[in-house]
Amino acid sequence: MKDEVQSPEERSAGLKGMGCSRKRVEDVRFTQGKGNYVDDIKLDGMLTGDFVRSPYAHARIKSIDTEAALAVPGVLAVLTAKDLEPLGLHWMPTLAGDKQMVLADGKVLFQGQEVAYVVATDRYAAADGVAAVEVDYEDLPVVTDPFKAMDPDAPVLREDLAGQTEGAHGPRRHHNHIFTWEQGDRAATEAVLAEADVVAEEMVYYHRTHPMPLETCGCVASMDKVTGKLTLWGTFQAPHAVRTVASLISGIAEHNIRVISPDIGGGFGNKVGVYPGYVCSIVASIVTGKPVKWVESRMDNLMSTAFARDYWMQGKIAATKEGKITGLWCHTTADHGGFDACADPTKFPAGFMNICTGSYDIPVAYLAVDGVYTNKAPGGVAYRCSFRVTEAAYFIERMIEVLAIKLNMDAAELRRINFIRKDQFPYQSALGWEYDSGDYHTAWEKALNAVGYDALRREQAARLEAFKRGETRKLIGIGLTHFTEIVGAGPVKNCDILGLGMFDSCEIRIHPTGSAIARLGTISQGQGHATTFAQIIASEIGIPADDITLEEGDTDTAPYGLGTYGSRSTPVAGAATAMAARKIRAKAQMIAAYLLEVHDDDVEFDVDRFVVKGAPERFKTMKEIAFASYNQAIPGVEPGLEAVSYYDPPNMTYPFGAYICVMEIDVDTGEHEVRSFYALDDCGTRINPMIIEGQVHGGATEGYAIAMGQEIAYDDMGNHKTATLMDFFVPTAWETPHYTTDFTVTPSPHHPIGAKGVGESPNVGSVPCFSNAVHDAFRPFGLVQSHMPHDHWRIWKIAEDLGLHG
Amino acid sequence: MIPAGFEYHRPADLASAVGILRAHGDEARVVAGGHSLIPMMKLRMAELGHLIDLQAIGELKGIEIDEGRVTLGAMTTQHELIAHEGLARAIPLLREAALQIADPQVRYMGTVGGNVANGDPGNDMPGLMQCLDARFELYGAEGTRQVAAREFYEAAYFTARADDEILTRILLPIPPAGTGYAYAKQKRKIGDYATAAAAVLIGEGLSSVAMTNLSDTPVWSEEAGTALAGGDIEGCVEAMLAAIDPQEDMRGPIAFKRHVAAVILRRAIDSALSRRA
Ligand SMILES: Cc1cc2nc3c(=O)[nH]c(=O)nc-3n(C[C@H](O)[C@H](O)[C@H](O)COP(=O)(O)OP(=O)(O)OC[C@H]3O[C@@H](n4cnc5c(N)ncnc54)[C@H](O)[C@@H]3O)c2cc1C
Repeated sequence: MKDEVQSPEERSAGLKGMGCSRKRVEDVRFTQGKGNYVDDIKLDGMLTGDFVRSPYAHARIKSIDTEAALAVPGVLAVLTAKDLEPLGLHWMPTLAGDKQMVLADGKVLFQGQEVAYVVATDRYAAADGVAAVEVDYEDLPVVTDPFKAMDPDAPVLREDLAGQTEGAHGPRRHHNHIFTWEQGDRAATEAVLAEADVVAEEMVYYHRTHPMPLETCGCVASMDKVTGKLTLWGTFQAPHAVRTVASLISGIAEHNIRVISPDIGGGFGNKVGVYPGYVCSIVASIVTGKPVKWVESRMDNLMSTAFARDYWMQGKIAATKEGKITGLWCHTTADHGGFDACADPTKFPAGFMNICTGSYDIPVAYLAVDGVYTNKAPGGVAYRCSFRVTEAAYFIERMIEVLAIKLNMDAAELRRINFIRKDQFPYQSALGWEYDSGDYHTAWEKALNAVGYDALRREQAARLEAFKRGETRKLIGIGLTHFTEIVGAGPVKNCDILGLGMFDSCEIRIHPTGSAIARLGTISQGQGHATTFAQIIASEIGIPADDITLEEGDTDTAPYGLGTYGSRSTPVAGAATAMAARKIRAKAQMIAAYLLEVHDDDVEFDVDRFVVKGAPERFKTMKEIAFASYNQAIPGVEPGLEAVSYYDPPNMTYPFGAYICVMEIDVDTGEHEVRSFYALDDCGTRINPMIIEGQVHGGATEGYAIAMGQEIAYDDMGNHKTATLMDFFVPTAWETPHYTTDFTVTPSPHHPIGAKGVGESPNVGSVPCFSNAVHDAFRPFGLVQSHMPHDHWRIWKIAEDLGLHG
Repeated sequence: MIPAGFEYHRPADLASAVGILRAHGDEARVVAGGHSLIPMMKLRMAELGHLIDLQAIGELKGIEIDEGRVTLGAMTTQHELIAHEGLARAIPLLREAALQIADPQVRYMGTVGGNVANGDPGNDMPGLMQCLDARFELYGAEGTRQVAAREFYEAAYFTARADDEILTRILLPIPPAGTGYAYAKQKRKIGDYATAAAAVLIGEGLSSVAMTNLSDTPVWSEEAGTALAGGDIEGCVEAMLAAIDPQEDMRGPIAFKRHVAAVILRRAIDSALSRRA
């Protein structure tokens, strides 16, 4: 009855569908401390596991004495590689085609490596047990520099690979070499470089850092000896893939494994990998017959689970004197640590680093990446970015600045004359991608106007003069970035992880009363899936988002999917959601037509109902249709109203953005202040603007941390120097800049609702933006390149080296 | 990140606390706010059999302001110190410094006694106390004695306090009215220890300068104070640079620290001069 007086706009608003800044339904429990995280799981008789870790970065293990540990009250078992070997579990395959020790097998390759696993009745006993295990090490020469690792006489790190000249990604040319990955046209690029008017060359280092989820990694393994069923709760960004991998390496049939990702307190790539803690906990549960919990401490997390970046990118960029880019060359030395445990699609050992031509129309390009072993922790995950996209974005956005210096040009103008034009999309890049859609010039102009770019440059110039006159010790830096991402991996034809195609899925069931449950193959770690995916369904089939439950993460109930990372949930699972919803809508149309006694084609969808064409007073609401699907015998139509879709994306999506940062820099102390940060994001169709804004704030804050101080540092002995939050920089509210967000909308032409994904854009775009601001402040004094992180002393060092301290 | 097992004691008076300390020798340690000691225990860098909690000892609490003198009970938290209006009027430098220590959560727990007794060169209060010419009162089996803050610090984590003594009170002369003051600190973020910090007082017959985290003890330099009293700012900075001995860490190399020390000191002096009546 109320329906009849509501306009279609009012009915649409009531759905809280796409475009609505619907409040996050998850936050009711999160803000009340009612979340259910792995460490909240408590089972009867549950034991705790904890690791003995190596204090050495490279050492031979002469002996492990567990006697004293076993005598500690509450300690039940101490596992070492010897115990795992008969099960074939002392090593495990990595996602990158290498293998990794689960527990140190004869030697250790990085500080913090897992050496033994102590199982005890509680955390306290486990910690005492860990302290009581005696390990006799013989230290070996350490290599922490990936260039020195490739010296002919460098120490051999991976003795297990002796004589193996062929790796998972082609030939290995040195005992510490993992792979070489080449893309593009080397000869053509070198020819262009040889003849170019101008070539700018620079080494751009993107330092090693680490994702910083509030919740560390952990799991609870519970083997039920009666049913033979293993249940594994864990902080998994890809629960279904974990189930398959667990089955393959343990030999337990896949239907007897149930993997559950409960609430996850942030992932950022850190929770994609498979870690020794999971394997040891499963083994311990099988051995003891009891549930076993393992949860990392913050130090464990920073020292041993997956790091990010650590790319040395040697670049050459060629251009005409007018600034038109004619070619790009990049050789990257990638420091992978002791094992190659990068999380990338199988065919992409350097991820999507070949997006490094960025937003620019570059006719020829060449990229080579050499992966190298060192005595550092393994990993190489995409920290809030699609596989190595942030490295690529940082590289090209620095190279553009370096070229602008060489050409003595304004960097905003240089970008403008090289952007891929709107009419060039879909655009084939020189390194092999097909960019789906973009309108870079519009975004760029909007951004420059929004910040008052020309006035900023005048202010900067005036400040510089004042500085030279000795009236101030602060410089202004203006950081520019235009980034293009590649997300939504990906088409099964070229994207898989361990042979599993990177499709994703959604299953929707409409209940008789017209509410619904949807299950997806992804898993939220704070992104708000329960909020946004319900909005897609609401708009597609006209059921209020508030009436839709969303579930992810339980492999016994959810459809198979590859999980959440690389901004793939909206591009892939979001598409599956829309497609499943459309299947339901198609069936609803048949039911509506039957109920209205007209032909299927004579009804049309109208927000939350089907109406007879030309007779809008005759309609059936989705609620009515849902009920009918359960109580009417409709000829030729099965009862019920549900659908599942497995979506194999035809292409990646290419979100982009224009970011501008204004920074004040104190040349004497190296301190900085971010005066303003403007972020324009184009993620195609916007599902929930409030969530987008939240994602941009969060990602930009991580980007700020990375650019301005956050790093994983080692000394020459391979000692980890940043294993606590005293030295590993995580900004508080105090340090966090204020952000101004903005947008343009260029839908993806191949995605059912035109959405591209946004969760990682701000990390990808903000890191070069902050870094460029620092560089820009010192450009008038001749600075070309200075490596991140730009913490106080490194900024001070720039000023010192430029003679600005008198 | 789990400490080894220990016995927990919670005596109600000083004499019992010292009794327990004596009974267990270097196996025992007092805990005040726990925000320096407990992290060390969790890292198992401090392993002790007996932890003596001072929270229940009423005589260690309280802030008193008399003619020309302030007395701080050792168990006064940094939060209480900041919140005390009379104290802020008497010695405004204390509040200015305490506000730059850690974050509110830490300051609700961390005590002024723990901060000065700890002996960590990163702590801000020791240098501050040296600048203010505080005296520390120590209570032990032999009774009570006082040690000047300027003579208390021997090396990192080594102080003039004997293992079985408890720091009970801090006695501070109130600087004459109109004394210029400033506490300047450079740090990487909220909750970080100083890259360099300077406490400065400039007044009638009283000029005093101390710096933090630039040596294995706080650095109070008489020469620097004398130069400052004579209006010689660069002489003051030079004397201080001669006295400090910073080490390289994640905050930066030695040259950087020395440079920043000078900059921060000059800024503190400027600010103190501008407040001088
Ligand atoms: C995140 C973080 C950031 C911090 N940042 C700063 C900072 O910027 N600047 C700063 O100055 N401090 C900082 N601190 C340290 C903080 O101020 C501590 O609380 C303080 O240093 C010690 O006080 P406490 O009461 O916690 O002492 P506790 O940790 O309880 O004790 C410290 C030591 O002093 C001894 N002790 C304590 N009280 C007495 C007593 N009455 N007599 C004899 N011995 C005693 C203990 O035995 C122990 O050895 C930080 C701490 C944290 C956790």
